[in-house]
Amino acid sequence: MKFLHLVWRNLMRRKIRTFITIMTIMVAFLLFGGLMAIRAAFSMGVDVAGADRLMMIHKVSIIQPLPKSYGDRIRAVEGITALSHANWFGGYYQEPSNFVQSMAVDPETWLQMYPEFEVPGDQKKVWLGDRIGAIIGADLAARMNWKVGDRVPLLAPIYQVAKDGPWEFTIDGIYNSSKQGVDKTQFFFHYEYLNEVMRKIPGMADVVGWYVFRVADPSTSDQLAKRIDAMFANSSAETKTATEKAFVSDFAKQIGDIGSIMMAIAGIVMFFILFVAGNAMAQSVRERINELGVLKTLGFTDGRILSLVLMESCAIAILGGGLGLLLSWTFITTFGDPTGGLLPIFHFPPRDVIFGALLVFVLGIGTGMIPALQASRLKIVDALRRT
Amino acid sequence: MNWITQTIAVTGVTLRSISQRVGSSVVAIIGIAGVVIVFTAVLSIAEGFRAAMQGTGDPQTVIVLRSGSDTEMTSGFGGEEANLIAEAPGLERGPEGVHASPELFVIVGHPLKRSGTDANVPLRGVTPAALRVRPKTRIIEGRMFTPGTNEIVVGQAASNQFSGLTVGAPVRWGDSSWQVVGIFDADGSVSESELWCDAKVLQGAYRRGNSYQSVYARLETPDSFQTFKDALTKNPRLNITVIREPDYYSQQSVVLQTVIRTIGFSIAILMALGAIFGALNTMYSAVANRTREIATLRALGFGSSPVVVSVLVEAILLSVVGGIIGGGLAWIAFDGYQTATMNWQSFSQVAFAFAVTPVLLAEGLIFAVIMGFLGGLFPAIRAARLPVVTALRQL
Repeated sequence: MKFLHLVWRNLMRRKIRTFITIMTIMVAFLLFGGLMAIRAAFSMGVDVAGADRLMMIHKVSIIQPLPKSYGDRIRAVEGITALSHANWFGGYYQEPSNFVQSMAVDPETWLQMYPEFEVPGDQKKVWLGDRIGAIIGADLAARMNWKVGDRVPLLAPIYQVAKDGPWEFTIDGIYNSSKQGVDKTQFFFHYEYLNEVMRKIPGMADVVGWYVFRVADPSTSDQLAKRIDAMFANSSAETKTATEKAFVSDFAKQIGDIGSIMMAIAGIVMFFILFVAGNAMAQSVRERINELGVLKTLGFTDGRILSLVLMESCAIAILGGGLGLLLSWTFITTFGDPTGGLLPIFHFPPRDVIFGALLVFVLGIGTGMIPALQASRLKIVDALRRT
Repeated sequence: MNWITQTIAVTGVTLRSISQRVGSSVVAIIGIAGVVIVFTAVLSIAEGFRAAMQGTGDPQTVIVLRSGSDTEMTSGFGGEEANLIAEAPGLERGPEGVHASPELFVIVGHPLKRSGTDANVPLRGVTPAALRVRPKTRIIEGRMFTPGTNEIVVGQAASNQFSGLTVGAPVRWGDSSWQVVGIFDADGSVSESELWCDAKVLQGAYRRGNSYQSVYARLETPDSFQTFKDALTKNPRLNITVIREPDYYSQQSVVLQTVIRTIGFSIAILMALGAIFGALNTMYSAVANRTREIATLRALGFGSSPVVVSVLVEAILLSVVGGIIGGGLAWIAFDGYQTATMNWQSFSQVAFAFAVTPVLLAEGLIFAVIMGFLGGLFPAIRAARLPVVTALRQL
């Protein structure tokens, strides 16, 4: 440790180069943070999708509704412990560009099904008793500047046949989540409110968009899914059941290779930037070969030379990489989604922060290793002969 | 010697000395080329998507939706209203009647070729007038479906992206079975991602009664839009919006384009920072290597601004080379690359090809020059400020 000063002086020898190298590495890790957040956004929350939750949609596509009567039949199946359902409402506030991810749900069972939506107890109580009440995610509340108690009119083109003009809602609560990666841009309201209005139109009432249910034992999910689909086979509305994870990941795959192409290109470039930085670090060691020869003449052992050079490269990597990770984490948590609501799940997953930190060490040791080995294997005579 | 000849002379010396610093120059060139590749490639996705969506637009074609709906998916009206719309003045007529096609637009879950997982594939129910409303669309393999049967024709792009959609193949969605009888080409437009069947059959299969979601109609002339629109909006029995096809499709591509462009630009800017640092490094070491040379020139009476210009010219030259290499590589690797993605607004798959356009290449080059300029500026100033005496004494 007494050689720390030596390491420091070496770093400060060419301040500009050291500074630039650190900045380059910082940029690479900023990019890394951004990439990981984009990856999380494109996977649409597959990380937080419950493994014990199954989803059931109409076999043809998610836009076809299912009869409400299916609920009771599923509840009777052994191994199903809870059931809820939702309808896509697709509302918007004043302008179609103010899109609100709104759904009509069965309030009580919905909150039980999704404990990750955390609503304060008193707000929850109000909501359950308020027919036209809604609870909304914290991110949506911030984007639209809505507060508890606000009256909010939403227009819904899908349900316009039943109600010409806006649907009135009262914001009863705002949900948040202690879990990262939970979509906080959603708007939930009472299914009963929707259904009542839909009764005016023959054939439009008593249908639900999709069912979600919890299984007692996740290892039986696939079997249960098959059994439930068989129950509704050859009926007017055949079904497709799978784990929530499978649905989310299939849905994310619909974005297709444009997501992976963007990730791949940017990933390659990130490694390229690191390569350039590493090259600069290696070069600074090569320039001082004869100095290292002098140190050896003074009695520094091979191992000590190796560790000196490695300490120098690791110091640069940790400074640059740490700064980059810290900055990207700060930006992502402070500003969130850069597109203003189009990528609801935008965060820097802790697992990826750890991966980034590992990468910093690999970079420090990787770039230092070759010149460090060269330096430690130097014969004093050769080293001193170079000018 | 005047300023200009000085500048030319110093720049000439500088450029000739690049050959002694090939290694670090190549690093700077590659760094900038990398940024330009990413910049061009990511924006070519947005560009290709836009081209596919807007290529669909013909100013003589209009789309009628229910008022308040901004996509076909959420629109809907009865058959009677569809007839009223088709009877309105201002529409083109042919021997088979008015060129207006009431249509249905639903999605079906069908597996993607590349992942084998289900994707939302658009299935459009059309009437025989559909081909007359879209003159650019033609059957290139097999034949058109026979009205009243469970036959479908598929767009060329859909046939490439989704599994099992070839002429003669049977397909099944839920309890309805269909037969593919033809493949159509629509000049690369977005309808090539769709599957088409008879509207009446689709109404039955999806229990839609006698309802439609949109009417596609062809105007007599592009200018008769107002006549047609006024007639419809004044009709108290109708509650609809009329929109020209190009406007409709450019509206439909806004969200996805915003996402791609935001991500593309933020990545490119971050990487540009990285490349500027790379260029700074190269140019600082270039200046450091030539300290004595520059000092000699200054001692001989060359001014400091020619030295600044010469360093900047070197940096910009390197970045132009990088920009050309990057743009070229992006063009070779990505132009015309076929893919499909989900358009969030219509909730369905759209197939398109990446498009590296000349405008994008030019933007990439400008971007490269800016990076080179910024990367060269500080080292250039440093070179100009070198104190001549100490620099000459340097080893």
